[in-house]
Amino acid sequence: MSQENTVTRRGLFMKLGILFNGVVAAALAVPIVGFVLSSVTRGRGKGYLSWLPLGRVSEFPEGETRLATFRNPYVTPTDGKTVDTACWVRRVGGEQFQVFAVNCAHLGCPVRWFPQSGLFMCPCHGGVYYRDGSRASGPPERGLFEYPYKVENGLVTIQAGELHTPAESAALLGKKPPCA
Amino acid sequence: MRLIGQIGEWFDRRLQLAAPIREVSEHRVPRNTASWFYVFGSAALTIFMLQVVTGILLAMIYVPSGAEAWSSLQALNHDVTLGWFVRAIHGWGSNFMVAVVLIHMVQVFLFGAYKFPRELTWIVGVFLLLMTLGMAFSGQVLRFDQDAYWGLGIGASIASRVPVMGPAIVKMMLGGPIIAGATLSRFFALHVFVIPGTLFLLIGVHLLMVLKLGINDWPMPGRLVKRATYEAEYHQLTKTDGEPFVPYAIWKDLFFSAFILLAVAACAVYFGPFGPSGVPDPTIIQTVPKPDYFFLWLYALLSLLPPSMETPALLIGPVVAIAGLLLLPFLSGEGEKSWRRRPIAVLTVLLIAVTLGTFTQLAGHAPWSPQMNAWSGAPVPDKFLHGSTALQRQGALVFQGKQCRNCHSLGESGGQRGPALDSVAVRLTQDQLIRQVIQGGGNMPAYGKNLSPAETTALVAFLVTLHPAGQAAARDAARDAVLKEAPQGSVPAQP
Repeated sequence: MSQENTVTRRGLFMKLGILFNGVVAAALAVPIVGFVLSSVTRGRGKGYLSWLPLGRVSEFPEGETRLATFRNPYVTPTDGKTVDTACWVRRVGGEQFQVFAVNCAHLGCPVRWFPQSGLFMCPCHGGVYYRDGSRASGPPERGLFEYPYKVENGLVTIQAGELHTPAESAALLGKKPPCA
Repeated sequence: MRLIGQIGEWFDRRLQLAAPIREVSEHRVPRNTASWFYVFGSAALTIFMLQVVTGILLAMIYVPSGAEAWSSLQALNHDVTLGWFVRAIHGWGSNFMVAVVLIHMVQVFLFGAYKFPRELTWIVGVFLLLMTLGMAFSGQVLRFDQDAYWGLGIGASIASRVPVMGPAIVKMMLGGPIIAGATLSRFFALHVFVIPGTLFLLIGVHLLMVLKLGINDWPMPGRLVKRATYEAEYHQLTKTDGEPFVPYAIWKDLFFSAFILLAVAACAVYFGPFGPSGVPDPTIIQTVPKPDYFFLWLYALLSLLPPSMETPALLIGPVVAIAGLLLLPFLSGEGEKSWRRRPIAVLTVLLIAVTLGTFTQLAGHAPWSPQMNAWSGAPVPDKFLHGSTALQRQGALVFQGKQCRNCHSLGESGGQRGPALDSVAVRLTQDQLIRQVIQGGGNMPAYGKNLSPAETTALVAFLVTLHPAGQAAARDAARDAVLKEAPQGSVPAQP
C-alpha cells in the first residue's frame, strides 16, 4: 500500500468533520432558502390576490373614466403610503366597467387620463392608449393591464394585490386574438 | 519621541506589520508610471472610503422603513445639524465614484493594462464596476421618493420580461407582491451590507494583484507583450528604471485624491443634497419619474428602441456587454499595449462615449415624452391666427382642446413627440391631413372616435393654414381637377 492511500485516524476525523459540517449546512439551508424565497412561494400558495371594493356604481358616471384608489390587501407594518394604489375606472355603461392599472404596459410609469382627447398618456417614454385601454402609440407592446371586476350589491369590486408588469404579456403568449 | 518609538515597538512586536508595510511601500515601480494618468484607481478607493464614512453617518439618522424613510430624509435635510451636507457629500460622492471608476476603466483599457499577466485584475475590475453601479441604483432606491418608487416599478417591469422566471424574479426583487416596505428593506440590506461587503473583498483582491504583479508599465509603441518574456522584462524594468512607490509615485495619488475630495465637497456645498422629491405615494400619479444621471442613457434607450427589439435588447444586451468585458483580456491578452497603435480600441471608446453621451443628453429634455400640460399651458401663438376665418379659429380651439400640443409643437412650444406643425400644410395635403387625424399612424393615435365630423373639418381648416408666408400649401393636382368640374360650394374651398 502506498503512502497516499493510507487512512490515518486524524485524516479520517478531518473528513468526518467536513462531512458533518456539510450535513448541518444542508439542513440549515432548507429553512434559510425557504425564508429567502418566501415572497415568491407565498404568492403561489395562499396568493396575494383579493377582491376589494372600489366604490358604489353611482360614484362612476356613465361613459367617463375616473381615478379610484384602494388599499393593497397584503400589508406589512413598514409599508406606509406605498400600499395605497390607484387605478383608472371606466364605466362603459350600466354595470359594464373596465378597470385599468395606472402602470404603463411598457415600464410601469403612471399613465394619466385626458378626457378631452380620450387618451391615456404616459409621461416616461410616451406610451399612449385609447379610452378602452388598447394601445394607441409609443413603445408599449400591448394595451393597459385590466383588473378583473364584478358588481355586487351596487359595489364595484376588483381582484387586486399584485403589481402589474409585462410578465403578464409573456403569460398570454400563444393566446393572440384571432384577427391580430 | 522616544516614548512614541517604544510604544510603536511594543505594538509591532505583537502585530508584526511594520515589515510588510515597509515592503509594500518601498516596492519598486517603473519610473514612467509615476504619471497623472495613474491616479484614478487610488481616487476611486478614496471616494469609496468617503462613501463608507458618510454612509455610516447617514445610517445613524435614516430609517429604512417605507413609512418613515422619506420623513427621515427630510429630517436630515432640515433638522439635523449639517445633515444636508453629509447627504450632499454622499450623493455627490456617488456620482464622482461612478465617473472616476469609468475613467479608470478607460485609462486601463487604452493603456493595455488588462493584458497578460493582469487579466484577472481586469476581470475583478469589471465586477467592481458592476458593484459600483449596483450601489448607485440601490442608493437611489434608499432615497425613497417618487423617483425611487417608479424607478423600482421600471426595474420590476424589466425583470418581469425574463422568460418563465419573470414573475418570480419580480416578487424576489420586491420582497412581496408590490413595491412596499419590504422592497425598501431589502434594498437597504443590499446597499449597506451585501454590495459594500463584496466591494471590500473585491477591492482587496484587486489591490493585492496590483502589488503582486506590479503596476502596468507605461505602454511604449512597439514594445509588445509576450507571455514568455513579459514578466522577466517587467522585472528588469523595475530594476534598471524603477523607484520605490513611496514617495516617488504616491505623491501624485495623494494630490489627486485630495483634489477629488475637495471637488465632492465643493459640489455638495454649492449644489446641495439630491432630493428627496415627492412622497412615495402611488396614488399621486402627477409625476414624471426620471432616473439619476448615470442611468439616464438607459431611460433614453428604452424610449428609442423599436418595441419589438426592446425585450431582447434588455435581456441579451447586458449579458453580451458583460461577457465582452470579461472576455477582453483573453481575446487580446498579448501584443501592442499603446493606444497610439490600437486605433480600434480608441474608436471603440469614442463610439461608446459619444453614444452614451448623446443618449444622456437626449434624456435631459426627453423629446419622446408628451408634455402633459402643453395643451393648457401653451396657447396657440397669435401669429398663426392673423386674418383667419371663424372656422379656422374653431379649428385652433379643437387643436388646443384635444391636446394636440402635448405631442406637437407650434411656434416652438409644445411637445416634441410628433413633428412640429408650423409648416405641416407644406408636407400634407388637406386629404392627407384628414386621413392622418382620423386614422393616425406613424406613431400617432387615431382620433376618429374622439372628433366629430365638424371638429375634424374645423381642425383641418386650421392645419392647412400652417405654412410659411412665401411657401404654398401642398395640394393634390388631381383633386384640383375634380374640384373644377364639381359644382361650386359642394366641397370646402382651399384657403
